[in-house]
Amino acid sequence: MDFRWEIISEYLPFFMRGLGYTILASLIGFLIGALIGLVIGMGKSLSNPILRLPFIWYVNIFRGTPLLVQIFLIHFAVMPIFIKPPEPLISLIVALALNSAAYIAEIFRAGINSIDKGQREAAYSLGMSHAQVLRHVVLPQAFKRMIPPLGNEFIVLVKDSSLGAVIAAPELFYWGRVAVGAYSRVWEPYLAVAVLYFVVCLVLSYVQSFLERKYATDDQRKKPKKNLRRTRGTAGH
Amino acid sequence: MISVKNLKKTFGELEVLRDINVEIKEKEVVVVIGPSGSGKSTFIRCLNRIEDITDGHVYIEGTDISNKKVNINKVRTDVGMVFQQFNLFPHKTVLENIMLSPMVVRKWKKKDAEEKALALLRKVGLEDKAGVYPESLSGGQKQRVAIARALCMEPKVMLFDEPTSALDPEMVGEVLEVMKQLAQEGMTMIVVTHEMGFAREVGDRVLFMDGGYIVEEAKPDDIFSNPKEERTKAFLSKVL
Ligand SMILES: Nc1ncnc2c1ncn2[C@@H]1O[C@H](COP(=O)(O)OP(=O)(O)OP(=O)(O)O)[C@@H](O)[C@H]1O
Ligand SMILES: [Mg+2]
Repeated sequence: MDFRWEIISEYLPFFMRGLGYTILASLIGFLIGALIGLVIGMGKSLSNPILRLPFIWYVNIFRGTPLLVQIFLIHFAVMPIFIKPPEPLISLIVALALNSAAYIAEIFRAGINSIDKGQREAAYSLGMSHAQVLRHVVLPQAFKRMIPPLGNEFIVLVKDSSLGAVIAAPELFYWGRVAVGAYSRVWEPYLAVAVLYFVVCLVLSYVQSFLERKYATDDQRKKPKKNLRRTRGTAGH
Repeated sequence: MISVKNLKKTFGELEVLRDINVEIKEKEVVVVIGPSGSGKSTFIRCLNRIEDITDGHVYIEGTDISNKKVNINKVRTDVGMVFQQFNLFPHKTVLENIMLSPMVVRKWKKKDAEEKALALLRKVGLEDKAGVYPESLSGGQKQRVAIARALCMEPKVMLFDEPTSALDPEMVGEVLEVMKQLAQEGMTMIVVTHEMGFAREVGDRVLFMDGGYIVEEAKPDDIFSNPKEERTKAFLSKVL
């Protein structure tokens, strides 16, 4: 089998632009997702069970349905209410944000719950208010424990953003499919795309372990581990 | 200075404190003893409302902290507490552990807080550890830092819940020494402990708790050499 390098070199500018959109969509989706996730994580910890319910079900619904289905619903059903015609890239970002919010909410909650109750008791016994305890004692420790799962979530999101291709969001995989259509060749474009995703995720996992080491003070100096694996639970697609 | 009236505490169905009444005067060192599960920790934790009070009253310098409207954070600044498990903040250095609360709660300037913290570290014999993280300390050192941290708020009373129970035997002495010094300086202290030697030497009064009640209270010498209640006798015969 001959491998036609010129296909890759010809489409490389498009791939690079697609990669730019991939990173942009993932990053904005992740940041918005983190904000929504913070609210939902706090909502899920409310003591009133009725007020807590919508937050619990938000997480259940977004984790319990395929991201691909969410993207279709958002792009073809929800977004046309606001933008006509719907803009694929925006739809993709919205879907990634709403979806990752469900996972990030759980990461925040687990991180905060993982802090030993004695830490809070000691802080309260010193006269600190709820807000001071959170700000100075709980969150700084919880944040460190959140870095690895947040990093994993971002890496997952970068890969999942490839689903945007099916609604023609001009991200990396979309351009791979365009190249396949143009040349009727599958190996070259898809392999090139795969390598680009791989490089990005590899770099991200190094950034993740760097951050982990940077913020690991003496209470938890573990060996950081690289993680390209999908660590999510139920949402299959 | 502390007055406890008809204090009751339940966890669901479980009645842990049934009817506790006690008065603690300024500069008094009160030692609480009793079998495991008798409610000693629960009692001492009700004194700064780390544990919610089910019923009855706890007055700290006249303020009834069982009243939900009381600003409990304000009261807690005057009531230091030392825990069995130290509970130092692992993300902060020894010095930062001690300075944190004076700065954020009492709004001291950094310089003043640091000065006071270093003086306290000197007092507990750990001035050379100011810059290290708690992880690198031994148990006895951690507990001495925890005591310094509580003292930096300049509390009027100190609560100790089994401060030496998590320590290796060779480190118990250094912590008790610091506590003894504190007592000599006139600090009001309530100490839950199994260290009968400390109770005898430093305590002004011993409370024996069992089954959610204070079964007997007396001067250390009296209670150890001449216990009145059967349950006290049975307990002391096991531990002495
Ligand atoms: N948060 C809680 N929820 C339910 N039960 C509790 C809780 N804390 C304590 N208890 C129960 O209350 C009883 C008294 O506990 P407490 O810790 O006050 O005893 P203690 O005298 O300090 O014992 P020890 O010497 O073992 O420390 C025990 O039966 C314990 O299981
Ligand atoms: Mg106890």
